[in-house]
Amino acid sequence: MSNVVIDADLAARYGLTGDEYQTLLGIMGRVPTLTELGIFSVMWSEHCSYKSSRVHLRTLPTTAPWIIHGPGENAGVVDIGDGMAAIFKMESHNHPSFIEPYQGAATGVGGILRDVFTMGARPIANLNALRFGDPRHAGTRRIVDGVVRGIGGYGNCVGVPTVGGEVNFHPAYDGNPLVNAMTVGIARQDRIFLSAAAGIGNPVVYVGSKTGRDGIHGATMSSAGFDENAQAKRPTVQVGDPFTEKLLIEACLELMATDAIVAIQDMGAAGLTSSAVEMAGKGGVGIELDLDAVPQRETGMTAYEMMLSESQERMLMVLKPEHTEAARAIFEKWELDFAVVGVLTDTARITVKHQGRVEADIPLAPLADAAPVYHRPMALLHPPAHLGSVADPEGIEHALLHLLACPDLASRAWIWNQYDSTLGGQTVRRPGTADAAIVRVEGTNRALALTTDCTPRFCKADPKVGGAQAVAEAWRNITATGALPLAVTDNLNFGNPEHPEVMAQFAAAIAGMGDACRVLDFPVVSGNVSLYNQTKHASGMAVDILPTPAIGGLGVIDDVSKAIGYAMPESCDLILIGTQRGDLGQSLWLREIAHREDGAPPVLDLHAERRNGDFVRAQILSGHIIACHDVSDGGLLIAVAEMAMAGGIGATLLPPAHGLSLHAFYYAEDQACYVAATTDGAALIAAAEKAHVPVRRLGRSGGDALKLSDGMSVAIERLRSVNEATLPAMMDR
Amino acid sequence: MKAGIVVFPGTNRERDMAQALRLTSGVAPQMIWHRETSLPSLDLVVLPGGFSHGDYLRSGAMAAHSPIMAEVRRFAERGGYVLGVCNGFQILTEAHLLPGALLRNAGMRFLSQDCHLKVERDGLAFTRRWTSGAVFRAPMAHGDGNYTASEDTLDRLEGEGRVVFRYATADGAVLPQDRTCNPNGSARAIAGIASENGRVCGLMPHPENLVDPAIGGTDGAPLFTGLIEALAA
Repeated sequence: MSNVVIDADLAARYGLTGDEYQTLLGIMGRVPTLTELGIFSVMWSEHCSYKSSRVHLRTLPTTAPWIIHGPGENAGVVDIGDGMAAIFKMESHNHPSFIEPYQGAATGVGGILRDVFTMGARPIANLNALRFGDPRHAGTRRIVDGVVRGIGGYGNCVGVPTVGGEVNFHPAYDGNPLVNAMTVGIARQDRIFLSAAAGIGNPVVYVGSKTGRDGIHGATMSSAGFDENAQAKRPTVQVGDPFTEKLLIEACLELMATDAIVAIQDMGAAGLTSSAVEMAGKGGVGIELDLDAVPQRETGMTAYEMMLSESQERMLMVLKPEHTEAARAIFEKWELDFAVVGVLTDTARITVKHQGRVEADIPLAPLADAAPVYHRPMALLHPPAHLGSVADPEGIEHALLHLLACPDLASRAWIWNQYDSTLGGQTVRRPGTADAAIVRVEGTNRALALTTDCTPRFCKADPKVGGAQAVAEAWRNITATGALPLAVTDNLNFGNPEHPEVMAQFAAAIAGMGDACRVLDFPVVSGNVSLYNQTKHASGMAVDILPTPAIGGLGVIDDVSKAIGYAMPESCDLILIGTQRGDLGQSLWLREIAHREDGAPPVLDLHAERRNGDFVRAQILSGHIIACHDVSDGGLLIAVAEMAMAGGIGATLLPPAHGLSLHAFYYAEDQACYVAATTDGAALIAAAEKAHVPVRRLGRSGGDALKLSDGMSVAIERLRSVNEATLPAMMDR
Repeated sequence: MKAGIVVFPGTNRERDMAQALRLTSGVAPQMIWHRETSLPSLDLVVLPGGFSHGDYLRSGAMAAHSPIMAEVRRFAERGGYVLGVCNGFQILTEAHLLPGALLRNAGMRFLSQDCHLKVERDGLAFTRRWTSGAVFRAPMAHGDGNYTASEDTLDRLEGEGRVVFRYATADGAVLPQDRTCNPNGSARAIAGIASENGRVCGLMPHPENLVDPAIGGTDGAPLFTGLIEALAA
């Protein structure tokens, strides 16, 4: 590679525009070496620099009295009381999961785990947000199978329970599935570790797996348009080793219990380059790396390859020199590599040496500060036309069974039964039993409520409403367990930002998210942006995915015994809290039954959301609501059916009292609505009226069937059998 | 009761087991690193669940050769009580402290779900709190739980009353061919077995994950309370 001519053409092949290459030349004052070009290329990639998204991300609310660290660290940190902190983040591994589904998803889990334990937290829960193509599309089954195996294969072995998630299917994801992985960890507030390097002369230490040639330029790949040749990029997908990650977690936590670490960061996207550049840059110091000391899995690796490798399960630390040997002993006990690979300097430069030569020598401040920031052009979005009334083609009962079997509502048991959800012994509510997973904080009576949410069909129709709705639904799901929502992490999956319509979707979704976060006191503490999610078909047409700003929500409940699920209890009054408007626009009923994907998404009134949710939570904590499920995908009747299936107890519903048609009443996806089960319906209604919360009596639980006032009666066993058949039939055929 | 939990690289349910022992006995167990070459004075050695050495060779195969296992073998030979759960059961079979082997689940997928276990042999330290025929719920979480052994061995285990737990329906029916009842396809629906002297017991599901009323129920607690009673006597 030494005789390669380095010029603007080569830079373009590494993803740098002509202007960006000119800026590089200005910074360097000379033609860069190949290693330097590689470093600029990854640091200025969309994935690492957020160059298209940064101007919009700045508008999100990120602070609250209970937020300890917001965006800018490896993960967000939230005060959960008693001197403890929850540390969490969500991150995408979309493109690798299309190319190599098992390893793509597995390393996605591994990467987000490292972001959390690098801050000193023991990971206690994993969640995910997945989007796959049309189940009838030829490639979908292979991708679903590989992704689910990969998430389970990594999480089960590494020893962190996978407790929740969400899945959608839509043809827009045929060539570009979304795999968003979230990790939540717990740390003591006085033992949180940050990444800013400090202390000139302090040793820079590499720990974990050896470096190989895998994943070189993964960050650049994930920032490029995605096309029919994507499979040829398989060598850029990394290979995960959850066993080594487990050892790395234990070794790091053991070291973190001592006083040895000054700064620590995982080697994620762009590997040694980004960890070294970011740690030194944040600390305002220089860093000198000696690549001869880097543990290597392969022979003859060049400086370029080592700096750009994305080999997994590696961390970079700055240690206090007097603790270096004690630290080495811990990693040797866990049979992990430990090597002093550099030193902090006062040069404010990153200097990379290999075999007696300086392979890179770059000033750090301009590398960060001159990183491109784009105000990309945005199209004017047209608000969707109102749907108007739609006739019911097939009746309530047929629609109920049809919807329960559709891929977006079918039981996810086939998926979550491949994820170890009980590991750790703290899982209070497993998947399929509550609107949010409930995981107790070991040694306390407190628990976290965790969820992932987004409704891409709403985001496509109206990105601002859709962005706000994703936040509101996460807040609602946490609320419906009795927990208090505290903060979110986001994973913003969008199409090609060079398409003005996509950029407009992105900006509008963020504006909507920001509105919801502010009204609901639910700030964003960490996140990830994934752009260029699209597939070029053989015809040359590029199709962007549905805008998918996935939200990971975290809440806390001080007394775990008060957390509730949605399993239908026997002999209870069922009360609807919230206003029914009956708009079927963008609903699953409209798509699955009327075969239309149009109209406006349901109205989202954030102040009503807040008022209704605060009321529901208070009634749960006072013991008046004993089971609760929010109205979401599929509408009211689906919510009641899900409660019945979870509890094995049926219900008899009263006729709708107002002027809505039956199918609008039962299948509209009205926002800010909850189905609450209580032993004293009159008291709950009185309390709601006193609090000015819309409320109406829905019916009563009992029996072994779901019965409507029009005479419909469907046995719970029948509901279960259609609901549970879809995924196994799709996957195990 | 003094209990010790052996930790191999890749073990990941040692904390679950420690919580269960602490909750039921009031005493925290000792953690024993796999490279140790001697055991402290103990009444019970537990080999917990996880993926020792990543299960990269064969589940439990490398852990069976860890330095501590020579001591565990001597402990068992002297009549000590040993409990192996999930990966711990796999290690016990690889170390030939229990017969048979655990193959890939019949469906070739990891299974994480509740199952029901029927107690086939009461009166052991592990089962004294139950009577034969009792059914309890326990989470299973494994990829390699499909118990197999030669027909002769299976017959011998049955004849000697060493089949301790079987997968069953909630009302106690044992249906070896039915995947909803015997999810991993184990021979004769065997979920747990014991040594000849009844003091070494291995099972695939996780009773340690059902001992706390706040965490799904206490179906698994009798195994631990029985052990505590038996080993205190």
